Amino acid sequence: MSDVTIPPSDSLAVLEKQRSTAETFGIPLAVLLEITHRCPLQCPYCSNPVELDRSGKELTTDEWKKVLSELAEIGVLQVHFSGGEPTARKDLVELVKHASDAGLYTNLITSAVLLTRERLSDLADAGLCHVQISFQGIEEGLADRVAGYKGGHRKKLEVAKWTRELDLPLTVNAVMHRQNLHQLPDIIQMALDLDADRLEVANVQYYGWALKNRAALMPTVAQLEECTGIVETARERLKGRLTIDYVVPDYYALRPKKCMGGWGRQFFNISPAGKVLPCHAAESITGLDFESVRSNHSIAWIWQNSDAFNRYRGTGWMKEPCKTCEFREIDFGGCRCQAFALTGDAANTDPACALSPLHETIFKQAEAEAAGETSRFLYRNFAGGTLESENGT
Amino acid sequence: MAGPRNISVSGASRPVLPRHAKLRYDETRKVWVILAPERVLAPDEIAVEVLQLCNGERNVGDVADQLAAKYAAPREAILVDVIAMLQDLADKGFLTEIREKTS
Ligand code: SF4
Ligand code: SF4
Repeated sequence: MSDVTIPPSDSLAVLEKQRSTAETFGIPLAVLLEITHRCPLQCPYCSNPVELDRSGKELTTDEWKKVLSELAEIGVLQVHFSGGEPTARKDLVELVKHASDAGLYTNLITSAVLLTRERLSDLADAGLCHVQISFQGIEEGLADRVAGYKGGHRKKLEVAKWTRELDLPLTVNAVMHRQNLHQLPDIIQMALDLDADRLEVANVQYYGWALKNRAALMPTVAQLEECTGIVETARERLKGRLTIDYVVPDYYALRPKKCMGGWGRQFFNISPAGKVLPCHAAESITGLDFESVRSNHSIAWIWQNSDAFNRYRGTGWMKEPCKTCEFREIDFGGCRCQAFALTGDAANTDPACALSPLHETIFKQAEAEAAGETSRFLYRNFAGGTLESENGT
Repeated sequence: MAGPRNISVSGASRPVLPRHAKLRYDETRKVWVILAPERVLAPDEIAVEVLQLCNGERNVGDVADQLAAKYAAPREAILVDVIAMLQDLADKGFLTEIREKTS
Protein backbone atom coordinates (compact mmCIF):
# COMPACT_ATOMS: atom_id res chain seq x y z
CA MET A 1 0.00 0.00 0.00
CA SER A 2 1.31 3.34 -0.88
CA ASP A 3 0.96 7.06 -1.03
CA VAL A 4 0.54 9.32 -4.01
CA THR A 5 2.79 12.26 -4.52
CA ILE A 6 4.12 13.30 -7.88
CA PRO A 7 2.57 11.28 -10.68
CA PRO A 8 5.41 9.11 -11.96
CA SER A 9 6.48 9.47 -15.58
CA ASP A 10 5.97 5.81 -16.47
CA SER A 11 2.54 5.62 -18.08
CA LEU A 12 1.36 3.00 -15.61
CA ALA A 13 3.61 3.37 -12.64
CA VAL A 14 2.63 1.66 -9.44
CA LEU A 15 2.21 4.46 -6.99
CA GLU A 16 4.79 4.25 -4.28
CA LYS A 17 5.49 6.72 -1.61
CA GLN A 18 8.06 9.20 -2.88
CA ARG A 19 10.27 11.58 -1.00
CA SER A 20 7.85 14.43 -0.48
CA THR A 21 5.43 12.49 1.69
CA ALA A 22 8.29 12.14 4.12
CA GLU A 23 7.68 15.79 4.94
CA THR A 24 3.96 16.00 4.47
CA PHE A 25 2.63 12.63 5.63
CA GLY A 26 -0.13 12.66 3.06
CA ILE A 27 -3.17 10.60 3.92
CA PRO A 28 -2.61 6.93 3.04
CA LEU A 29 -4.24 5.50 -0.07
CA ALA A 30 -5.46 2.42 1.74
CA VAL A 31 -6.60 1.78 5.28
CA LEU A 32 -7.06 -1.50 7.09
CA LEU A 33 -10.21 -1.75 9.17
CA GLU A 34 -10.11 -4.45 11.80
CA ILE A 35 -13.80 -4.36 12.50
CA THR A 36 -13.74 -7.15 15.09
CA HIS A 37 -11.27 -9.42 16.84
CA ARG A 38 -13.83 -12.20 17.04
CA CYS A 39 -12.81 -15.16 14.88
CA PRO A 40 -13.76 -18.84 14.89
CA LEU A 41 -10.24 -19.79 13.81
CA GLN A 42 -7.24 -19.93 16.12
CA CYS A 43 -4.23 -19.50 13.85
CA PRO A 44 -1.05 -19.68 15.93
CA TYR A 45 0.49 -16.84 13.88
CA CYS A 46 -2.45 -14.47 14.07
CA SER A 47 -1.32 -10.87 13.68
CA ASN A 48 -3.91 -9.61 16.17
CA PRO A 49 -2.61 -8.47 19.54
CA VAL A 50 -2.38 -11.07 22.28
CA GLU A 51 -4.78 -8.82 24.22
CA LEU A 52 -7.84 -9.02 21.97
CA ASP A 53 -10.63 -6.42 21.98
CA ARG A 54 -13.84 -7.96 23.34
CA SER A 55 -17.02 -7.49 21.34
CA GLY A 56 -18.45 -5.03 23.88
CA LYS A 57 -15.70 -2.56 22.97
CA GLU A 58 -16.31 -2.73 19.23
CA LEU A 59 -17.42 0.37 17.36
CA THR A 60 -21.12 0.34 16.53
CA THR A 61 -22.51 0.29 13.00
CA ASP A 62 -23.05 4.04 13.06
CA GLU A 63 -19.58 4.68 14.35
CA TRP A 64 -18.03 2.61 11.54
CA LYS A 65 -20.20 4.39 8.99
CA LYS A 66 -18.99 7.73 10.25
CA VAL A 67 -15.40 6.48 10.02
CA LEU A 68 -15.95 5.32 6.44
CA SER A 69 -17.41 8.64 5.34
CA GLU A 70 -14.59 10.50 7.00
CA LEU A 71 -11.94 8.31 5.35
CA ALA A 72 -13.44 8.91 1.90
CA GLU A 73 -13.58 12.61 2.58
CA ILE A 74 -9.92 12.96 3.53
CA GLY A 75 -8.70 11.10 0.46
CA VAL A 76 -8.43 7.43 1.37
CA LEU A 77 -9.21 5.38 -1.75
CA GLN A 78 -9.31 1.79 -0.56
CA VAL A 79 -10.53 0.10 2.59
CA HIS A 80 -9.80 -3.45 3.63
CA PHE A 81 -12.41 -5.02 5.88
CA SER A 82 -10.46 -7.32 8.12
CA GLY A 83 -10.34 -8.63 11.65
CA GLY A 84 -10.47 -11.03 13.41
CA GLU A 85 -13.06 -12.33 11.09
CA PRO A 86 -14.97 -9.41 9.52
CA THR A 87 -17.94 -11.60 8.56
CA ALA A 88 -18.52 -12.20 12.28
CA ARG A 89 -20.09 -8.73 12.28
CA LYS A 90 -23.75 -8.84 11.38
CA ASP A 91 -23.61 -5.40 9.78
CA LEU A 92 -20.86 -6.18 7.25
CA VAL A 93 -23.09 -5.87 4.18
CA GLU A 94 -24.37 -2.53 5.44
CA LEU A 95 -20.83 -1.29 6.04
CA VAL A 96 -19.63 -2.40 2.60
CA LYS A 97 -22.61 -0.66 1.04
CA HIS A 98 -21.85 2.52 2.94
CA ALA A 99 -18.20 2.39 1.88
CA SER A 100 -19.07 1.80 -1.78
CA ASP A 101 -21.58 4.63 -1.75
CA ALA A 102 -18.86 6.88 -0.38
CA GLY A 103 -16.72 5.92 -3.40
CA LEU A 104 -14.26 3.68 -1.58
CA TYR A 105 -12.74 0.59 -3.20
CA THR A 106 -13.66 -2.24 -0.85
CA ASN A 107 -11.75 -5.41 -0.14
CA LEU A 108 -12.80 -8.23 2.17
CA ILE A 109 -10.02 -10.09 3.97
CA THR A 110 -11.64 -13.21 5.33
CA SER A 111 -11.08 -16.73 6.58
CA ALA A 112 -14.35 -17.50 4.74
CA VAL A 113 -15.65 -20.14 7.14
CA LEU A 114 -18.69 -18.13 8.25
CA LEU A 115 -19.88 -17.11 4.78
CA THR A 116 -22.94 -18.46 3.04
CA ARG A 117 -23.40 -18.10 -0.70
CA GLU A 118 -26.31 -15.77 -0.10
CA ARG A 119 -24.33 -13.44 2.14
CA LEU A 120 -21.46 -13.35 -0.33
CA SER A 121 -23.89 -12.47 -3.06
CA ASP A 122 -25.33 -9.69 -0.87
CA LEU A 123 -21.81 -8.38 -0.37
CA ALA A 124 -21.24 -8.38 -4.12
CA ASP A 125 -24.49 -6.47 -4.60
CA ALA A 126 -23.39 -4.01 -1.94
CA GLY A 127 -20.43 -3.15 -4.18
CA LEU A 128 -17.65 -5.32 -2.78
CA CYS A 129 -14.70 -5.09 -5.21
CA HIS A 130 -12.45 -7.92 -4.14
CA VAL A 131 -12.26 -10.95 -1.84
CA GLN A 132 -9.15 -12.29 -0.16
CA ILE A 133 -9.37 -15.72 1.43
CA SER A 134 -6.69 -17.11 3.70
CA PHE A 135 -5.60 -20.72 3.37
CA GLN A 136 -3.52 -22.65 5.88
CA GLY A 137 -2.38 -25.43 3.54
CA ILE A 138 -3.61 -27.52 0.61
CA GLU A 139 -5.30 -30.42 2.36
CA GLU A 140 -7.60 -30.52 5.36
CA GLY A 141 -5.34 -32.54 7.62
CA LEU A 142 -2.70 -29.88 7.94
CA ALA A 143 -4.83 -26.83 7.11
CA ASP A 144 -7.49 -27.54 9.74
CA ARG A 145 -4.86 -28.35 12.31
CA VAL A 146 -3.07 -25.04 11.77
CA ALA A 147 -6.34 -23.09 11.93
CA GLY A 148 -7.53 -25.11 14.92
CA TYR A 149 -10.90 -25.44 13.16
CA LYS A 150 -12.36 -28.67 11.77
CA GLY A 151 -13.90 -28.49 8.32
CA GLY A 152 -12.45 -25.05 7.65
CA HIS A 153 -10.38 -25.93 4.61
CA ARG A 154 -13.27 -27.54 2.78
CA LYS A 155 -15.45 -24.52 3.46
CA LYS A 156 -12.79 -22.15 2.18
CA LEU A 157 -12.58 -24.03 -1.12
CA GLU A 158 -16.32 -23.76 -1.46
CA VAL A 159 -16.41 -20.03 -0.74
CA ALA A 160 -13.54 -19.45 -3.19
CA LYS A 161 -15.64 -21.16 -5.85
CA TRP A 162 -18.68 -19.01 -5.05
CA THR A 163 -16.49 -15.92 -5.19
CA ARG A 164 -15.54 -16.61 -8.78
CA GLU A 165 -19.09 -17.70 -9.70
CA LEU A 166 -20.26 -14.30 -8.50
CA ASP A 167 -17.60 -12.76 -10.71
CA LEU A 168 -15.72 -11.30 -7.77
CA PRO A 169 -11.94 -11.17 -8.10
CA LEU A 170 -10.14 -13.49 -5.71
CA THR A 171 -6.85 -13.36 -3.87
CA VAL A 172 -5.60 -16.51 -2.21
CA ASN A 173 -3.58 -15.63 0.85
CA ALA A 174 -1.29 -18.39 2.07
CA VAL A 175 0.57 -17.84 5.30
CA MET A 176 3.73 -19.91 5.17
CA HIS A 177 5.93 -21.40 7.88
CA ARG A 178 8.06 -24.45 8.53
CA GLN A 179 5.13 -26.84 8.77
CA ASN A 180 3.55 -25.99 5.42
CA LEU A 181 6.31 -24.55 3.20
CA HIS A 182 6.71 -27.91 1.47
CA GLN A 183 3.20 -27.44 0.07
CA LEU A 184 4.03 -24.22 -1.77
CA PRO A 185 4.06 -25.69 -5.32
CA ASP A 186 0.64 -27.21 -4.68
CA ILE A 187 -0.63 -23.99 -3.17
CA ILE A 188 0.30 -22.17 -6.38
CA GLN A 189 -1.59 -24.84 -8.32
CA MET A 190 -4.55 -24.51 -5.94
CA ALA A 191 -4.68 -20.76 -6.59
CA LEU A 192 -4.79 -21.47 -10.32
CA ASP A 193 -7.45 -24.15 -9.93
CA LEU A 194 -9.54 -21.74 -7.88
CA ASP A 195 -9.18 -19.20 -10.69
CA ALA A 196 -7.63 -16.64 -8.36
CA ASP A 197 -6.30 -13.38 -9.77
CA ARG A 198 -3.68 -12.99 -7.14
CA LEU A 199 -1.74 -15.13 -4.71
CA GLU A 200 -0.13 -13.75 -1.61
CA VAL A 201 2.64 -15.95 -0.29
CA ALA A 202 3.21 -14.42 3.11
CA ASN A 203 5.79 -15.85 5.43
CA VAL A 204 4.84 -15.48 9.06
CA GLN A 205 6.05 -12.30 10.74
CA TYR A 206 7.23 -13.00 14.24
CA TYR A 207 5.50 -10.84 16.80
CA GLY A 208 2.34 -11.26 18.87
CA TRP A 209 0.94 -14.78 18.63
CA ALA A 210 3.55 -15.83 16.08
CA LEU A 211 6.38 -14.99 18.43
CA LYS A 212 4.85 -17.27 21.05
CA ASN A 213 4.80 -19.98 18.37
CA ARG A 214 8.14 -19.24 16.80
CA ALA A 215 9.69 -22.59 17.66
CA ALA A 216 6.86 -24.39 15.88
CA LEU A 217 6.78 -22.08 12.86
CA MET A 218 10.27 -20.83 12.02
CA PRO A 219 11.49 -22.19 8.67
CA THR A 220 15.08 -23.20 7.98
CA VAL A 221 17.30 -21.11 5.71
CA ALA A 222 17.28 -23.90 3.14
CA GLN A 223 13.47 -24.05 3.14
CA LEU A 224 13.25 -20.33 2.55
CA GLU A 225 15.73 -20.31 -0.28
CA GLU A 226 13.82 -23.06 -1.99
CA CYS A 227 10.58 -21.16 -1.46
CA THR A 228 11.99 -17.99 -3.01
CA GLY A 229 13.14 -19.99 -6.05
CA ILE A 230 9.69 -21.53 -6.46
CA VAL A 231 8.00 -18.13 -6.28
CA GLU A 232 10.37 -16.61 -8.84
CA THR A 233 9.86 -19.42 -11.35
CA ALA A 234 6.10 -19.37 -10.90
CA ARG A 235 5.95 -15.58 -11.35
CA GLU A 236 7.69 -15.84 -14.70
CA ARG A 237 5.55 -18.76 -15.82
CA LEU A 238 2.25 -17.20 -14.74
CA LYS A 239 2.80 -13.60 -15.88
CA GLY A 240 -0.53 -12.01 -16.79
CA ARG A 241 -2.41 -14.97 -15.36
CA LEU A 242 -1.72 -14.91 -11.64
CA THR A 243 -0.02 -12.10 -9.75
CA ILE A 244 2.13 -13.43 -6.92
CA ASP A 245 3.03 -11.18 -4.01
CA TYR A 246 5.73 -12.49 -1.77
CA VAL A 247 6.54 -11.56 1.81
CA VAL A 248 9.71 -13.04 3.32
CA PRO A 249 10.40 -13.35 7.00
CA ASP A 250 13.19 -10.97 7.84
CA TYR A 251 15.02 -13.09 10.38
CA TYR A 252 17.36 -14.45 7.75
CA ALA A 253 17.96 -11.21 5.91
CA LEU A 254 20.85 -8.89 6.62
CA ARG A 255 18.71 -5.82 6.65
CA PRO A 256 15.24 -5.52 8.10
CA LYS A 257 12.09 -4.89 6.12
CA LYS A 258 10.82 -1.36 5.72
CA CYS A 259 7.98 -2.16 8.02
CA MET A 260 4.69 -0.52 7.00
CA GLY A 261 6.76 1.63 4.64
CA GLY A 262 8.05 3.36 7.76
CA TRP A 263 6.10 4.19 10.89
CA GLY A 264 3.34 6.72 10.20
CA ARG A 265 4.39 7.30 6.61
CA GLN A 266 1.88 5.52 4.42
CA PHE A 267 -0.33 3.29 6.47
CA PHE A 268 -2.71 3.20 9.37
CA ASN A 269 -5.33 0.82 10.59
CA ILE A 270 -8.29 1.11 12.90
CA SER A 271 -8.81 -1.45 15.65
CA PRO A 272 -12.21 -2.94 16.61
CA ALA A 273 -12.45 -0.44 19.45
CA GLY A 274 -11.64 2.47 17.15
CA LYS A 275 -7.98 3.07 17.94
CA VAL A 276 -6.03 4.55 15.05
CA LEU A 277 -2.80 2.55 14.82
CA PRO A 278 0.41 2.87 12.77
CA CYS A 279 0.38 -0.90 12.22
CA HIS A 280 -1.87 -3.78 13.21
CA ALA A 281 0.57 -4.96 15.87
CA ALA A 282 1.27 -1.52 17.33
CA GLU A 283 -0.78 -2.11 20.45
CA SER A 284 1.80 -4.70 21.48
CA ILE A 285 4.12 -1.78 22.27
CA THR A 286 3.30 -0.73 25.79
CA GLY A 287 3.68 2.86 26.83
CA LEU A 288 2.20 4.32 23.67
CA ASP A 289 -1.17 5.99 23.83
CA PHE A 290 -3.23 5.51 20.71
CA GLU A 291 -6.00 7.99 19.96
CA SER A 292 -9.42 6.65 19.15
CA VAL A 293 -11.96 7.73 16.53
CA ARG A 294 -14.20 8.11 19.58
CA SER A 295 -12.06 11.00 20.80
CA ASN A 296 -12.93 14.50 19.72
CA HIS A 297 -10.11 14.52 17.16
CA SER A 298 -10.56 13.92 13.46
CA ILE A 299 -8.82 10.95 11.85
CA ALA A 300 -6.67 13.33 9.80
CA TRP A 301 -5.60 15.10 12.99
CA ILE A 302 -4.71 11.83 14.67
CA TRP A 303 -2.66 10.81 11.63
CA GLN A 304 -0.79 14.11 11.44
CA ASN A 305 -0.42 15.10 15.06
CA SER A 306 -0.95 12.36 17.59
CA ASP A 307 1.99 11.43 19.76
CA ALA A 308 1.88 7.73 18.85
CA PHE A 309 2.29 8.51 15.15
CA ASN A 310 4.97 11.10 15.65
CA ARG A 311 7.00 9.12 18.17
CA TYR A 312 8.76 6.93 15.59
CA ARG A 313 8.17 8.95 12.45
CA GLY A 314 11.14 9.85 10.32
CA THR A 315 14.61 9.35 11.77
CA GLY A 316 14.85 11.81 14.67
CA TRP A 317 13.97 9.23 17.33
CA MET A 318 16.71 6.82 16.31
CA LYS A 319 19.59 5.58 18.43
CA GLU A 320 22.81 4.00 17.21
CA PRO A 321 23.43 2.09 15.00
CA CYS A 322 20.44 3.42 13.02
CA LYS A 323 21.06 7.08 13.84
CA THR A 324 24.12 7.40 11.63
CA CYS A 325 23.43 4.49 9.30
CA GLU A 326 23.31 5.15 5.56
CA PHE A 327 20.16 3.01 5.26
CA ARG A 328 18.09 4.92 7.81
CA GLU A 329 15.92 6.59 5.18
CA ILE A 330 15.56 3.29 3.34
CA ASP A 331 14.28 0.91 6.00
CA PHE A 332 13.59 3.38 8.84
CA GLY A 333 15.20 1.01 11.28
CA GLY A 334 12.89 -1.93 10.54
CA CYS A 335 9.89 -2.93 12.57
CA ARG A 336 9.14 -1.13 15.85
CA CYS A 337 6.94 -3.95 17.14
CA GLN A 338 9.68 -6.48 16.53
CA ALA A 339 12.26 -4.22 18.16
CA PHE A 340 9.98 -3.92 21.18
CA ALA A 341 9.14 -7.62 21.35
CA LEU A 342 12.76 -8.73 21.13
CA THR A 343 14.63 -5.95 22.91
CA GLY A 344 12.04 -4.33 25.18
CA ASP A 345 12.52 -0.90 23.56
CA ALA A 346 10.74 0.03 20.34
CA ALA A 347 13.39 2.70 19.65
CA ASN A 348 16.12 0.12 19.33
CA THR A 349 17.30 -1.17 15.98
CA ASP A 350 15.12 -4.04 14.81
CA PRO A 351 17.22 -7.13 15.66
CA ALA A 352 16.45 -8.48 12.19
CA CYS A 353 19.18 -6.04 11.11
CA ALA A 354 22.68 -7.51 11.05
CA LEU A 355 23.97 -4.29 12.62
CA SER A 356 21.86 -4.77 15.73
CA PRO A 357 23.98 -6.00 18.64
CA LEU A 358 21.31 -8.61 19.28
CA HIS A 359 21.12 -9.95 15.74
CA GLU A 360 23.60 -12.78 16.18
CA THR A 361 21.97 -14.19 19.28
CA ILE A 362 18.45 -13.99 17.91
CA PHE A 363 19.39 -15.36 14.53
CA LYS A 364 21.16 -18.31 16.14
CA GLN A 365 18.21 -18.95 18.40
CA ALA A 366 15.78 -18.89 15.48
CA GLU A 367 18.03 -21.18 13.49
CA ALA A 368 18.16 -23.62 16.38
CA GLU A 369 14.39 -23.45 16.75
CA ALA A 370 13.97 -24.11 13.03
CA ALA A 371 16.08 -27.23 13.33
CA GLY A 372 14.27 -28.30 16.50
CA GLU A 373 11.53 -30.79 17.10
CA THR A 374 8.82 -28.54 18.50
CA SER A 375 5.73 -28.55 16.35
CA ARG A 376 2.99 -28.01 18.94
CA PHE A 377 0.97 -24.85 18.52
CA LEU A 378 -0.33 -22.37 21.01
CA TYR A 379 -3.72 -21.50 19.54
CA ARG A 380 -4.97 -17.92 19.40
CA ASN A 381 -8.13 -17.20 21.37
CA PHE A 382 -9.69 -14.82 23.86
CA ALA A 383 -8.57 -17.05 26.72
CA GLY A 384 -4.96 -16.03 26.12
CA GLY A 385 -4.09 -19.13 24.10
CA THR A 386 -4.55 -22.88 24.28
CA LEU A 387 -1.70 -25.31 23.81
CA GLU A 388 -2.23 -28.00 21.19
CA SER A 389 -2.43 -31.48 22.71
CA GLU A 390 0.49 -33.89 22.29
CA ASN A 391 -1.15 -35.89 19.54
CA GLY A 392 -2.02 -32.79 17.52
CA THR A 393 -5.73 -32.40 18.18
CA MET B 1 -18.49 -15.00 -16.10
CA ALA B 2 -15.25 -13.18 -15.58
CA GLY B 3 -13.44 -11.98 -18.66
CA PRO B 4 -10.47 -13.88 -19.98
CA ARG B 5 -6.99 -13.24 -18.65
CA ASN B 6 -3.57 -13.45 -20.17
CA ILE B 7 -4.75 -11.60 -23.23
CA SER B 8 -2.69 -10.55 -26.17
CA VAL B 9 -3.67 -7.06 -27.30
CA SER B 10 -4.03 -6.36 -31.02
CA GLY B 11 -5.85 -3.81 -33.16
CA ALA B 12 -8.91 -6.03 -33.18
CA SER B 13 -9.17 -6.65 -29.44
CA ARG B 14 -11.82 -4.95 -27.38
CA PRO B 15 -10.16 -4.52 -24.00
CA VAL B 16 -11.87 -3.39 -20.81
CA LEU B 17 -10.79 -3.01 -17.22
CA PRO B 18 -11.80 -6.04 -15.14
CA ARG B 19 -14.10 -5.63 -12.16
CA HIS B 20 -11.26 -5.51 -9.68
CA ALA B 21 -9.57 -2.58 -11.40
CA LYS B 22 -11.38 0.73 -11.17
CA LEU B 23 -10.43 3.91 -12.95
CA ARG B 24 -11.22 6.84 -10.74
CA TYR B 25 -10.33 10.52 -10.38
CA ASP B 26 -8.76 11.18 -7.02
CA GLU B 27 -10.09 14.57 -5.92
CA THR B 28 -7.67 14.90 -3.03
CA ARG B 29 -4.50 14.34 -5.02
CA LYS B 30 -5.82 15.62 -8.35
CA VAL B 31 -4.68 12.58 -10.30
CA TRP B 32 -6.35 9.71 -12.10
CA VAL B 33 -5.77 6.36 -10.47
CA ILE B 34 -6.53 2.73 -11.19
CA LEU B 35 -7.57 1.01 -7.98
CA ALA B 36 -6.78 -2.67 -7.72
CA PRO B 37 -6.22 -5.07 -4.84
CA GLU B 38 -3.20 -3.88 -2.84
CA ARG B 39 -2.19 -1.59 -5.67
CA VAL B 40 -2.88 1.87 -6.92
CA LEU B 41 -1.63 2.68 -10.39
CA ALA B 42 -1.16 6.17 -11.74
CA PRO B 43 -1.96 6.16 -15.46
CA ASP B 44 -0.68 9.18 -17.39
CA GLU B 45 -3.05 11.43 -19.35
CA ILE B 46 -2.91 9.43 -22.54
CA ALA B 47 -3.41 6.15 -20.72
CA VAL B 48 -6.47 7.62 -19.01
CA GLU B 49 -7.87 8.75 -22.33
CA VAL B 50 -7.28 5.34 -23.87
CA LEU B 51 -8.92 3.56 -20.97
CA GLN B 52 -11.92 5.85 -21.09
CA LEU B 53 -12.32 5.02 -24.78
CA CYS B 54 -12.07 1.28 -24.08
CA ASN B 55 -15.74 0.76 -23.31
CA GLY B 56 -16.00 -2.83 -24.50
CA GLU B 57 -17.51 -1.79 -27.82
CA ARG B 58 -14.60 -0.03 -29.47
CA ASN B 59 -11.63 -2.11 -30.50
CA VAL B 60 -8.05 -0.91 -30.18
CA GLY B 61 -8.02 0.13 -33.82
CA ASP B 62 -11.05 2.40 -33.26
CA VAL B 63 -9.35 3.94 -30.27
CA ALA B 64 -6.25 4.68 -32.35
CA ASP B 65 -8.47 6.24 -35.06
CA GLN B 66 -10.07 8.56 -32.54
CA LEU B 67 -6.79 9.64 -31.01
CA ALA B 68 -5.18 10.11 -34.42
CA ALA B 69 -8.04 12.38 -35.46
CA LYS B 70 -8.03 14.30 -32.20
CA TYR B 71 -4.29 14.92 -32.07
CA ALA B 72 -3.75 15.01 -35.85
CA ALA B 73 -1.00 12.46 -35.40
CA PRO B 74 -0.01 9.42 -37.50
CA ARG B 75 -2.38 6.57 -36.71
CA GLU B 76 0.19 3.79 -37.02
CA ALA B 77 2.51 5.28 -34.39
CA ILE B 78 -0.42 5.82 -32.05
CA LEU B 79 -1.62 2.27 -32.53
CA VAL B 80 1.79 0.89 -31.58
CA ASP B 81 1.88 3.01 -28.41
CA VAL B 82 -1.65 2.16 -27.41
CA ILE B 83 -1.07 -1.55 -27.86
CA ALA B 84 2.14 -1.38 -25.81
CA MET B 85 0.41 0.45 -22.98
CA LEU B 86 -2.55 -1.92 -22.91
CA GLN B 87 -0.33 -4.99 -23.11
CA ASP B 88 1.63 -3.70 -20.14
CA LEU B 89 -1.61 -3.36 -18.21
CA ALA B 90 -2.68 -6.84 -19.31
CA ASP B 91 0.62 -8.34 -18.18
CA LYS B 92 0.09 -6.75 -14.78
CA GLY B 93 -3.28 -8.52 -14.65
CA PHE B 94 -5.43 -5.39 -14.96
CA LEU B 95 -7.00 -5.86 -18.35
CA THR B 96 -9.52 -8.22 -19.84
CA GLU B 97 -11.36 -8.20 -23.14
CA ILE B 98 -14.78 -8.75 -24.62
CA ARG B 99 -14.96 -11.83 -26.81
CA GLU B 100 -17.78 -13.04 -29.01
CA LYS B 101 -19.39 -16.19 -27.75
CA THR B 102 -17.82 -19.07 -29.62
CA SER B 103 -20.66 -21.53 -29.14
S1 SF4 C 1 -5.06 -15.11 11.41
FE1 SF4 C 1 -6.49 -16.81 11.79
S2 SF4 C 1 -7.16 -16.52 13.92
FE2 SF4 C 1 -6.23 -14.58 13.27
S3 SF4 C 1 -7.96 -13.40 12.53
FE3 SF4 C 1 -7.09 -14.44 10.76
S4 SF4 C 1 -8.27 -16.33 10.56
FE4 SF4 C 1 -8.65 -15.52 12.63
S1 SF4 D 1 21.20 -0.02 11.48
FE1 SF4 D 1 19.10 0.70 11.42
S2 SF4 D 1 18.97 1.98 9.59
FE2 SF4 D 1 20.85 0.77 9.41
S3 SF4 D 1 20.27 -1.02 8.19
FE3 SF4 D 1 20.04 -1.57 10.38
S4 SF4 D 1 17.91 -1.12 10.86
FE4 SF4 D 1 18.37 -0.07 8.94
